[in-house]
Amino acid sequence: MSKPQQKQAPPAPKKRVTLFVTCLADLFRPSVAFACLDLLKEAGCEVVVPAGQTCCGQPAYNSGDREAAIPLAQQVVSLLEPADYVVIPSGSCTGMIAHHYPSLLTGKWRERALEVSAKTYELTVFLQDIVGVPPRSNIAAAQTSVTYHDGCAGLRELGIQDQPRQLLKNLCGVEVDELNQSEVCCGFGGTFCAKMPEISAKMTDDKLENALATGATVLTGGDLGCLMNIAGRARRQGKDLEVRHVAELLADQRSIPAIGEGQ
Amino acid sequence: MEISSDTFLDNASAALRDTDKAKRRDFIAINAPQIRKAAIDEFEGFDALRKHIKRIRQHSLNNLAHYLEKFEQEAVHNGNHVHFARDGAQLNDIVLDICQRHGAKKVIKGKSMITEETGLNSFLERGNLDVVETDLGEYITQLAGEAPSHIVEPALHKSADEIGALFLDNHKLGDREFQEIENLVDEARSVLREHFLKADVGIIGSNALIAENGYSMLVTNEGNGDLCANLPGVLVICTSIDRVLPRAEDATAMLRLLVRSATGQPQTCYTSFYSGPRRDTDIDGPVETHFVLLDNRRSDMLTSDYREMLECIRCGACLNHCPIYASVGGHAYGSVYQGPMGSVLTPLLTSLEESSALPNACTTCGRCAEVCPADIPLPDLLRDLRQEENDKKLTSSRWRSGLKLHSWLARHPRLYQWITGIVIPAMHIIGGSRGRLSRLPMASGWTSQRDFPAPESRTFMQQYKASLRKNHEQ
Repeated sequence: MSKPQQKQAPPAPKKRVTLFVTCLADLFRPSVAFACLDLLKEAGCEVVVPAGQTCCGQPAYNSGDREAAIPLAQQVVSLLEPADYVVIPSGSCTGMIAHHYPSLLTGKWRERALEVSAKTYELTVFLQDIVGVPPRSNIAAAQTSVTYHDGCAGLRELGIQDQPRQLLKNLCGVEVDELNQSEVCCGFGGTFCAKMPEISAKMTDDKLENALATGATVLTGGDLGCLMNIAGRARRQGKDLEVRHVAELLADQRSIPAIGEGQ
Repeated sequence: MEISSDTFLDNASAALRDTDKAKRRDFIAINAPQIRKAAIDEFEGFDALRKHIKRIRQHSLNNLAHYLEKFEQEAVHNGNHVHFARDGAQLNDIVLDICQRHGAKKVIKGKSMITEETGLNSFLERGNLDVVETDLGEYITQLAGEAPSHIVEPALHKSADEIGALFLDNHKLGDREFQEIENLVDEARSVLREHFLKADVGIIGSNALIAENGYSMLVTNEGNGDLCANLPGVLVICTSIDRVLPRAEDATAMLRLLVRSATGQPQTCYTSFYSGPRRDTDIDGPVETHFVLLDNRRSDMLTSDYREMLECIRCGACLNHCPIYASVGGHAYGSVYQGPMGSVLTPLLTSLEESSALPNACTTCGRCAEVCPADIPLPDLLRDLRQEENDKKLTSSRWRSGLKLHSWLARHPRLYQWITGIVIPAMHIIGGSRGRLSRLPMASGWTSQRDFPAPESRTFMQQYKASLRKNHEQ
């Protein structure tokens, strides 16, 4: 067996990443988007944030209004086409763009959607599997106990499960206290939670009960929709649980009030 | 098919308030998936067999007329009578006619979803027949005057205490106590035995019709199907046209997925193949046998976008894995078919107008599609039904216009960002130091059950653009 080459490899060119922040992060939780910027820069990426981004069109698509969703999907495809990589801090928006656009759009648009799909990644998948961010040096074992909610689209459409857990361990020293029934939906479901609020609340209560049973003080996850739902129900029920997007924890942004918490 | 799905939300609300029953449902919702998973993990060949069965089902449906004709030919050759029923009413007429021609008084039934679909029991009862369900779950729901709450386990909603009380009311056997569940089963067995012995006609369903030999396959765990099929002089097998498979080996291959997906068993206790009437050399068996094959809009489904729904093998796994079914139970759906498969099938067998809530009873969590042994993309089919509702304007006009407005705004980024740049800071101020809003105009559905987390001070786009400008100025 020949000796490994001693010669220093030339530094890899910086990955050029287009960040699609998602409408929920843009409107309700800018910290998540800023955390993404920090994390991507820390991972050595050059980050572009296209100014024309709004929403991926999931609400209309899932509510059965393809007529409204199609032009929006086309707009997002055009917006993301120039990117080398597209990174999105949400499993469900990534699923929409990478998985559902190619079946929603037809003809030339479908081909363009497939090209965008091939370079679109959910945040934790990009950091862990594509960049392979190394563990941070000198991290102390975390003082807080954290549980993780797997969003359904991320889990089942994209197979995201290990990536956020590995990152929490490598970047924050956090070992996740796993939820019972972790594969069960939290009751958000986009417009579902507004159309069938009572059923949704029952499902969210189950999720909260399982979260509190872990003894964790922080619940995190990769999807703001789920997290706003869980936090909103926790606040309404007077349950004490700090709910944050996983990007906030990974970028160590816990000084900002948690989702649904005041100053 | 009679349904009461239009009151789904009210039914669900009532079910959620019944805390005892909700606890039982929670218990089942945790356990049933574990039982299935253990069986699938041990089996290992699930994914490969699922693909294989999918190809067979697609092939059968692509050539449905051919295989139905072949089945009919073989079944008639075996001495059966084969009838085709366009709709439920026609099936009921055919069965009543058979019963009346034989001067039947008592009819015993094995579990059959098709006869639930057509409402056969009440139809026969109106024809002065005594109809007794003999599957234990079906028997219990029949005594209770209820509909099944699960396609595989009809009395899943009943506790042992409730069943005990039903038996005390209905079986005039004097004072007694049921210490164990076995006591209930023993009593049902002895009561049902009398019915079996006195029945004139037996009616059962079918899990598969085998085209190559004209046989019908039936699986049960109680053996009641065999008694229904063999003790009375007349046997009627009621099923639907989509059950036909080309070969016997296709039926047995499907069985390996069906049983594991349904109950987590490697195999049911009884797997029976019915060929036809008693032959001269047979010592028992029915003297006359009929197949009644129901269409009821299935041939329309065959040429529609929902064709894959015909590949369903009725295992109930999607019900067992649906968090909404688990939350509200089967009766809330107001249909013979419940859960994800029911929410697709019910509108197709009746009308979207009568069942428009059902396709919305889905969070697109995808767990049903993940476990479906027939690999049916149930969340996609439900979304397609919501598309139809939207196109037919069955949804509220406020919803539709709200979504249209949102999508239109999202397509005009400058305007979108200008408006959200005003609304979001205002919401932040209203949220105040509590960091949440208890009420929100246009989002009463959300705020009826949960607070709305207040946004941070300004949108990301506002802040990001400001930081770019600042950098530019420096």
